[in-house]
Amino acid sequence: MNELVRLQDISFQYDEEADYALKGVSFSIYEGEWLAIVGHNGSGKSTLAKLLNGLQYAQEGTISVDGMLLSEDTVWEVRKKIGMVFQNPDNQFVGTTVQDDVAFGLENHGVAREEMVDRVRHSLEKVKMDQFLDQEPHHLSGGQKQRVAIAGVIALRPNLIILDEATSMLDPRGREEVLDTVRELKQDHQMTVISITHDLEEAAKADRIIVMNKGKLYREGSPAEIFQMDEELVQLGLDIPFPVKMSKLFKEKGIPLTKYHLTEEELVNELWTSHSKM
Amino acid sequence: MMEKMIFGRYVPAQSIIHRMDPRSKLILIFLFVCVVFIANNVYTYAALIIYTFAMILLSKVPVRFIIAGLKPVFLLVIFTLILHLFLTREGAIIFELGPITIYEEGLRQGIFISLRFFLLILMTSILTLTTTPIEITDGLETLLGPLKKVKFPVHELALMMSISLRFIPTLMGETDKIMKAQTARGVDFSGGPIKERVKAVIPLLIPLFVSSFKRAEELATAMEARGYRGGEGRTKYRQLSWRITDTMMLLLLAALSVILILLRT
Repeated sequence: MNELVRLQDISFQYDEEADYALKGVSFSIYEGEWLAIVGHNGSGKSTLAKLLNGLQYAQEGTISVDGMLLSEDTVWEVRKKIGMVFQNPDNQFVGTTVQDDVAFGLENHGVAREEMVDRVRHSLEKVKMDQFLDQEPHHLSGGQKQRVAIAGVIALRPNLIILDEATSMLDPRGREEVLDTVRELKQDHQMTVISITHDLEEAAKADRIIVMNKGKLYREGSPAEIFQMDEELVQLGLDIPFPVKMSKLFKEKGIPLTKYHLTEEELVNELWTSHSKM
Repeated sequence: MMEKMIFGRYVPAQSIIHRMDPRSKLILIFLFVCVVFIANNVYTYAALIIYTFAMILLSKVPVRFIIAGLKPVFLLVIFTLILHLFLTREGAIIFELGPITIYEEGLRQGIFISLRFFLLILMTSILTLTTTPIEITDGLETLLGPLKKVKFPVHELALMMSISLRFIPTLMGETDKIMKAQTARGVDFSGGPIKERVKAVIPLLIPLFVSSFKRAEELATAMEARGYRGGEGRTKYRQLSWRITDTMMLLLLAALSVILILLRT
């Protein structure tokens, strides 16, 4: 797998604050993967997202995106490659209607009008919001607004999408809508996705998880590896997903399961087929 | 309900006026304001009235919306009429009762000036009733475009307007929410003397301000993340198209002014 983004010894401190928000963080993001960055509030995970997009600059360390060193000169190029979806669906909707909002990023990058029309249609089709071209934001649900935000991001054809707590303000249905949309995009376009979240259930479906704690990279690994940490995760202020908890309890009761299951489906499948094996 | 107050202004319909370019509508209104002042006798005012009513018919906006638009200024029109009626002391006396004397010139002036007022309001109502706020913003942005040369922040102004328009319903919803939350905590917004009611607004406004600033900050971050760096090098998605009808409408107004100049005394 090709390396898309590389962080090297990143340290960052907000003005007027004694503690480092990030301290000596290094890792890489590879093309085509879904990376979840988890951690409780104040672990530095959102700061990380802002640094990647050049919304803040690290005091120490370097970030390179697609071979380009992120600096004030390259930041606009980098922002073309990295799209971001934020937490609050309302506070990132700039246009007065759905199509205006999707066009906003394209306008900023000076895309010609004919191409804009094309790309706006296309991106809205991909997030299944093409029926709502002239709809105003206050008539849309949270999940729909986030899908429009995603359309705005993919219209710019980035290599990487960062979801910065993008589903945390949505109801379960909106959350599924948004995650399904991203999953489809990732599959169809080999998009790289970083989802920053404190929902381990969401993280369980990622390819790789990075656990942040107190501004440091605490652990890195596949979801299965990370959930082995078990109690340690709870101490970090994270909640273990239900299927993992269940599998653990089954094991404690002496019911032999092959492994800690990450999704409900896997767990149910093993449970209903287990009787015939016993 | 509050939403209706502001957005209820635009009445969607398919009419020649609705389809007109907002630029030509704005120019038309601006010129009309000047043209109205040419009129100074019965014939010229008749011509103006015919023109305005023709416009109302063309706009296909139901009359009740237009009347609703007139309501708030109706008192002002009446007031102008009365003021002229009593204060102008020219021409023959037509009515006398105790201390009240009404002169012919006063009646004439009063009627003409309030009529002028009335027509101006009708025409501007047609503009706001047939054009969405965002279209007006687009129109203004292009019309004021030349002012960029003298460093007037036209793009920024238009962006500010469109963002405000986009956030009005959001903030209305939020006001509603805060109001309910404060009512649940025992604040009474509806009853009591004026002083109490003004006091009750404070716990409504403060949270609203705080959250608006937070929104503004997040919006700015989101805009920056999406590559916004000012008006330079930006293309535009919304497009205005000047059609033959727009030119025709302006020619019609030109014809009207020629008629008015010929008829005026």
